[in-house]
Amino acid sequence: MWSNPQFKQFYQATIGTLVLVAAWQIASFFFPHYLFPPVQAILARTVSILINWPELKQVLETAARIFAGLTGAFLLGCLVALVIGRSPKIESYITPLLVFLQGIPALSWVIIAIIWFHGTEFRIFFIMVITTLPAFTFQILDAYRSMSKDLFEMTMSFRPSARILFRVLIVPTIVPGILTAWKVNLGNAARVVVVAELVGATGGVGYELLRQQQLFDMAGALAWTIQLVLFVLVVQQVIVMVERWLLRYRPVSERAS
Amino acid sequence: MSEAPFIRFTEVTKVFSRPDGKGTFAAVERLSFDIAKGEVVAVLGKTGCGKSTMFNLLAGLIEPTSGAVNIAGHAPFDEFNHFRGKIGIVFQNDRLMPWRTALDNVMLGLQILDKDPKESEEIARRWLARLGLSGHENDYPHALSGGMRQRVSIARAFAVEPEILMCDEPFSSLDEMTARDLRAEFLRLVKQDGKTAVFITHHINEAMDVGDRVLVFHRPARIAYEARMDGDARNAGREAIQAEILKVLSLEAPVAHP
Ligand SMILES: Nc1ncnc2c1ncn2[C@@H]1O[C@H](COP(=O)(O)OP(=O)(O)OP(=O)(O)O)[C@@H](O)[C@H]1O
Ligand SMILES: [Mg+2]
Repeated sequence: MWSNPQFKQFYQATIGTLVLVAAWQIASFFFPHYLFPPVQAILARTVSILINWPELKQVLETAARIFAGLTGAFLLGCLVALVIGRSPKIESYITPLLVFLQGIPALSWVIIAIIWFHGTEFRIFFIMVITTLPAFTFQILDAYRSMSKDLFEMTMSFRPSARILFRVLIVPTIVPGILTAWKVNLGNAARVVVVAELVGATGGVGYELLRQQQLFDMAGALAWTIQLVLFVLVVQQVIVMVERWLLRYRPVSERAS
Repeated sequence: MSEAPFIRFTEVTKVFSRPDGKGTFAAVERLSFDIAKGEVVAVLGKTGCGKSTMFNLLAGLIEPTSGAVNIAGHAPFDEFNHFRGKIGIVFQNDRLMPWRTALDNVMLGLQILDKDPKESEEIARRWLARLGLSGHENDYPHALSGGMRQRVSIARAFAVEPEILMCDEPFSSLDEMTARDLRAEFLRLVKQDGKTAVFITHHINEAMDVGDRVLVFHRPARIAYEARMDGDARNAGREAIQAEILKVLSLEAPVAHP
């Protein structure tokens, strides 16, 4: 059991978390509770959000916004990557633009979205897409470029149609990179979404966080934050499982763990 | 009308840019030769003399800088799709898809030809069995030995039953015994269906065993010597040809890389 790398990882993560929780609990003995609420109070709030439908609904609302934004960015990113991949000339124009976009803080997009657009949901969608698009595009492009020239020539020697080439070579080649991109961007999107929800959302984790701040409720603020962290952890785990299944053909070195 | 040759290279030149980006060099220069239908041609030459480049030109994977490559009246690069299912290639390295099992790798060409999946699987199983790989159908490439992988790639090329077979040092990574068996199997398959084949190798004996004709290349790829392996050549004349090939090969200075 101890040599199982998955278990070891889980065990190490648990120890780390426990240390943090203990430190927090100790702090709660010495500071007023509105600064450091005791762990059981935070846990109670966390659970109460999960079992209280109107509150859970808001978590799901935020999750839906993350998914919608990421899906939009992914599809658009595929399109942009396709255009770039086909023409190095276009690449030299688009790449600096994407790098420039990458440098703009989420908060600036919030302001721009509020001025440009009506409709909260569309504003949020816009912010989510524009903030995750550059990374997605670069990662998809990298995945595509990592394609082996040898395998490409071998496949081409059978003269496949574009559709079959895509299915038998390009998809299997880019899938690992795309899964990684989703994992990375999921974390980014979860951080951006709460900012995006400041554009006037009347529900969602970001909205709730703002309310907790107005109520000066630390336990509440933490409990809502934890929802988001849990969401990312769960989805990431799902992606890891999909990855493990899809990439089961990969050899594992006995030295790896 | 006299019969046109099946494969014809006419003054073919292929120019590459140098790896350091400074200038260009020819890997193949004004290369001309014919191959008749049903003929097996073995190509010998030192490393780096342009054998694989000639091979890629013939396969239509790269475009001639000048000159023309012609197979049965069609250009393999320009009329790319015309050759679907007609050329089978065994590459210098096995080039298996790591995400496909041995069976699925052999089925690749059949899948591209849109063959019925059931039928394809049967064909692929038969080829794996013929190459001594029964029981390994569901193994991924990383779990196979180098020789087994190369045999899978041979099965992949043969499974589509192409008119033309092209092999780039297919057996060079195998031990001598396995190589000899596969060589015999290869010749049997080729001769039995009257296929046309181009066979690249580093080994003089292999070239003489496999080829109806042996071409010796000098760098940049051009024909420095040619021997027909018929009649006396397989018996009494063999040693003379072997000596001649050795001489021609050693005439060329060691390859200075560009
Ligand atoms: N795509 C390419 N771009 C630039 N140079 C190339 C390319 N392909 C081959 N060359 C060069 O062309 C020359 C001939 O290469 P080629 O692979 O045809 O040799 P070869 O006769 O097959 O050698 P070997 O017996 O080692 O396989 C080499 O100098 C090689 O570096
Ligand atoms: Mg070569």
